[in-house]
Amino acid sequence: MNIIIQLTYLIATIMFIVGIKKLNKTQEARQGNILSAVAMLLAVLATLVDSGLLTPIETFSCMLVGGAIGLVWARRVEMTQMPEMVAIFNGFGGAASLFVAFSDYWTRAVEQPDLSTDLITIISILLSVLIGGITFTGSLTAYGKLSGKVSGNAIVFQGQHLVNLILLLVAVACGVLVAINTSSVTAMLVMGAVALVLGILVVIPIGGADMPVVISLLNSYSGMAACTTGFVLNNSVLIVTGALVGASGIILTQIMCKAMNRSLISVLLGGFGATSGGAAAGGDGTEMVVKEVGVEEAAMIFDSASSVIVVPGYGMAVAQAQHVVREMMDLLEKKGINVRFAIHPVAGRMPGHMNVLLAESNVPYDKLIEMEEINDDFGNTDVVLVVGANDVVNPAARTNPASPIYGMPILNADKARTVIVSKRSMGVGYAGIENELFGYPNCLMLFGDAKSTLTKMVGELKEM
Amino acid sequence: MSLENFIFLLYILVLASYCGFELIAKVPPTLHTPLMSGSNAISGITIVGAILCVREGDISKYLGMVALVMATINVVGGYAVTDRMLQMFKKKK
Repeated sequence: MNIIIQLTYLIATIMFIVGIKKLNKTQEARQGNILSAVAMLLAVLATLVDSGLLTPIETFSCMLVGGAIGLVWARRVEMTQMPEMVAIFNGFGGAASLFVAFSDYWTRAVEQPDLSTDLITIISILLSVLIGGITFTGSLTAYGKLSGKVSGNAIVFQGQHLVNLILLLVAVACGVLVAINTSSVTAMLVMGAVALVLGILVVIPIGGADMPVVISLLNSYSGMAACTTGFVLNNSVLIVTGALVGASGIILTQIMCKAMNRSLISVLLGGFGATSGGAAAGGDGTEMVVKEVGVEEAAMIFDSASSVIVVPGYGMAVAQAQHVVREMMDLLEKKGINVRFAIHPVAGRMPGHMNVLLAESNVPYDKLIEMEEINDDFGNTDVVLVVGANDVVNPAARTNPASPIYGMPILNADKARTVIVSKRSMGVGYAGIENELFGYPNCLMLFGDAKSTLTKMVGELKEM
Repeated sequence: MSLENFIFLLYILVLASYCGFELIAKVPPTLHTPLMSGSNAISGITIVGAILCVREGDISKYLGMVALVMATINVVGGYAVTDRMLQMFKKKK
């Protein structure tokens, strides 16, 4: 029997790997996801058999409750809420690792103290509790920030890093105590509590546009937590799949950091907007003169263009303007105008955020062009429409070495013949700096809520 | 756990991590969000550990049950939402 279970685990592992491989291609991605779900089902069935199912009622009722909650949640969530959804699911994954490790620990320390516990196992338990705990509260904090339940800005206070360091040292000290004497339950509880507090403290100083990095990193942590749980239970499926997730999270983190020209360390230390905003606002002191444009005039400009590039940003998600943007695209295409979308890697609040929103509103994915591919085309484009994006089109990143975002790769929207910026007000972006682009002679500001102004524009375009 | 067993598991960890890096490095940006929520669902593999923890016992069983509910939310919700997203990615007809 045992050999059959082990073989099932092996098959599940292969299916997980092939499933992730298929996520590389848009056409096969859905199939890959289903394959990996089937692998999960196999692993669960094998484990149910393996466990001997001593407590069937408890086991199945827990799975039913969890499954129902997960399914309802997944069905109901709006695509604009995707970042916080991923964050909270991630948190549950971390919490599960935390509780599994704690449960295993409790059996060893309290319920069956005669069970021999070696050093490797106890260290794995400690790591699971630590990483799982940080992932849990870290993800919940990220969820709070993304859903607007707590301030999305960076929250910094004096001596923040020192507090974190001390807490980490306390956690390590408690860990050593538990490693020396397995039955020191108090030390274990303290370590768990410290991990939970650390998770909050690590995420609160990180705000707004840095969120994609944090989500990727927390994603990676949840994989690592699963991995350490694998060491606790001596189970290789957990180790393999945990490692796959850990690796994917790290790669995404790297991509996000590179796209912002920031090191991971500087993101984690946090407070980007808070520290650099004041200095930049003092800037050169010259008042920027911007040109405003009305809906009707803007519609006329689009009507006479032959190529249009749309640059979406987080503001589009906030205004829920993705559907009207697609409607506009359809109208313009009917007039024979070439419309494409330029997607900056960190546009939005999570990796690929804009792609999901536009896919939801039925924009074909081959219309969404990556930054490197489209950047040279801005020069011979008639009109660029910037919807709710700011820092990712700020030419200061190219030209002004004093700017906090200098060196960040940006979309060269300013090179187009005309740039129309749909924006609520002249407010600054996440980096807290003025956008030079708005003062450029080829730039026109279309003030107002993106959804309502673009809806009006669609109306104008229909009449033309 | 014996040291030999531990080293063996470390081998698995190293190879799987390498495999993960190779597999994911080339995922196009369009698929970053589904990749994330999909891999997030995969990290719910802790469900296996949770099932093993729900056995005879007192507090350890309750801890296992909490873990099992959370892991199941993670797994079922993660896969469902990823599927919903991937369904939307369409090429121009």
